[in-house]
Amino acid sequence: MGKRVAKEVSIAVADAVAQCRVDVISAYPITPQTHIVEHLAELVNNGELDAEYIPVESEHAALSACIGAAATGARTFTSTSAQGLLFMYENIFIASALRLPIVMVIANRSISAPISIWNDHSDVMTIRDSGWIQTFAENGQEAVDLVYHAYKVAEKCLLPVAVNLDGFIVTHVVEPIEMPDQELVDKYLPPLKMKYKLDPKKPITIGAIGVPEIYTEAKKALDEALKASYKVIVQAWREFERLFGRKYQPVETYKMEDAEVGMIIMGSLAETAMNAVNEMRKKGKKVGLIRFRLWRPFPMQDFLKALGKVKALCVVDRAVSHCSTGGPVGIEVRSALYQSNKRPKVLNLIAGLSGRDVTVEDFMEMFEMTYESISKKPKFSYQIYGVKE
Amino acid sequence: MPKDTGLVSWKDLAPGMYITEPGNSVKFKTGDWRSHRPQLDKEKCIKCGQCYLLCPEPAYEENEEGYFICNLMYCKGCGICAAICPKGAITMVLEEE
Repeated sequence: MGKRVAKEVSIAVADAVAQCRVDVISAYPITPQTHIVEHLAELVNNGELDAEYIPVESEHAALSACIGAAATGARTFTSTSAQGLLFMYENIFIASALRLPIVMVIANRSISAPISIWNDHSDVMTIRDSGWIQTFAENGQEAVDLVYHAYKVAEKCLLPVAVNLDGFIVTHVVEPIEMPDQELVDKYLPPLKMKYKLDPKKPITIGAIGVPEIYTEAKKALDEALKASYKVIVQAWREFERLFGRKYQPVETYKMEDAEVGMIIMGSLAETAMNAVNEMRKKGKKVGLIRFRLWRPFPMQDFLKALGKVKALCVVDRAVSHCSTGGPVGIEVRSALYQSNKRPKVLNLIAGLSGRDVTVEDFMEMFEMTYESISKKPKFSYQIYGVKE
Repeated sequence: MPKDTGLVSWKDLAPGMYITEPGNSVKFKTGDWRSHRPQLDKEKCIKCGQCYLLCPEPAYEENEEGYFICNLMYCKGCGICAAICPKGAITMVLEEE
């Protein structure tokens, strides 16, 4: 087994990427992703990592270079945050539609304006419909483990994977992290072999026009591929558990077995929310927590199973979907419930925008609000929590 | 207007809609939305081949007699051949004519 060492999470993530033996790294620095790509540049410069590091002129170019490199069968990596992700936008959809196994770490940060470098999920929620596999880490160890998993899944499914970790809250924290031995990573992640790739010896066309007679079929094929990736994602976590000893699943629950009120949150704030669950339980209130580790493909059955028999559910979103029916997670959850027989009351709150602290007390208050919603119908479909009136 | 229907099943597409057979674009008919077609006057033609060289499609092919003949399955009717012909041997005529 590997050694448990204190490391800044960004550095650990970069080391994990290096352990995956990437061929091409193409990235443009942006806070709070910077330390990840800086460390990779160092590793390449020092001769510790045999990879091509392309210091591109923009994020648009960063993903473009990854697309080109991946199309030739190279293992690729990029990373970004907020505005950088938005600058990549058109290429995001191309990467998935062309079925290229690119791995991108997104150090989640809120979108301008106003200019903000702090954490929420408004950046990644803009690509939720893009056809990328998307996972969310809660802490440093999970962020590192999700990197190995991302390559495994991307290359088996031929789909790009975005690993999300909260900017600063996760990226810049020093944590004890167990880095696995290289041999173990090599065992988990065999060299990339692509059936179809750009090769002058066997020419193919990638990125051809999709006339009306074929575009629909291309979209259906991508949709089915993403749907089919679910099995591979779960299997890759099982294999990870066998080799590395840490267990992961699409949906994480905390004390949901007998819960009457549940809460859903994604990312690092779930750790704070777990403390709130403990405090509420001390007061005799049976509450629990659900966290989506896998966001795309949406783990419908795991989610419905995790719900148990809750009477009410508090969905805490970290992004605004202006004047729609809720936050991005809230909309998704309500839609999922409509397709099942379960009908808990859903209270959708938006909190923790741009790094605003959400404390244990805040989460306890949210739980109390959710209890009230059982008997009293909320007057809103979503609400921005903690806003100063 | 005929309704657009699919060409192939989504199950038969290569991942990412890659085209794995090189040069298969010749199977794709691109000449069906032309409004004008080139008409060659063999009396004037000197077989210089400029139409063949400059056709962007390329739709021109040389026949046994050495004339360059436009394949109307691919011709989009752009008229470059008519404009470039040094002898004025090619005229663009309306499709309806």
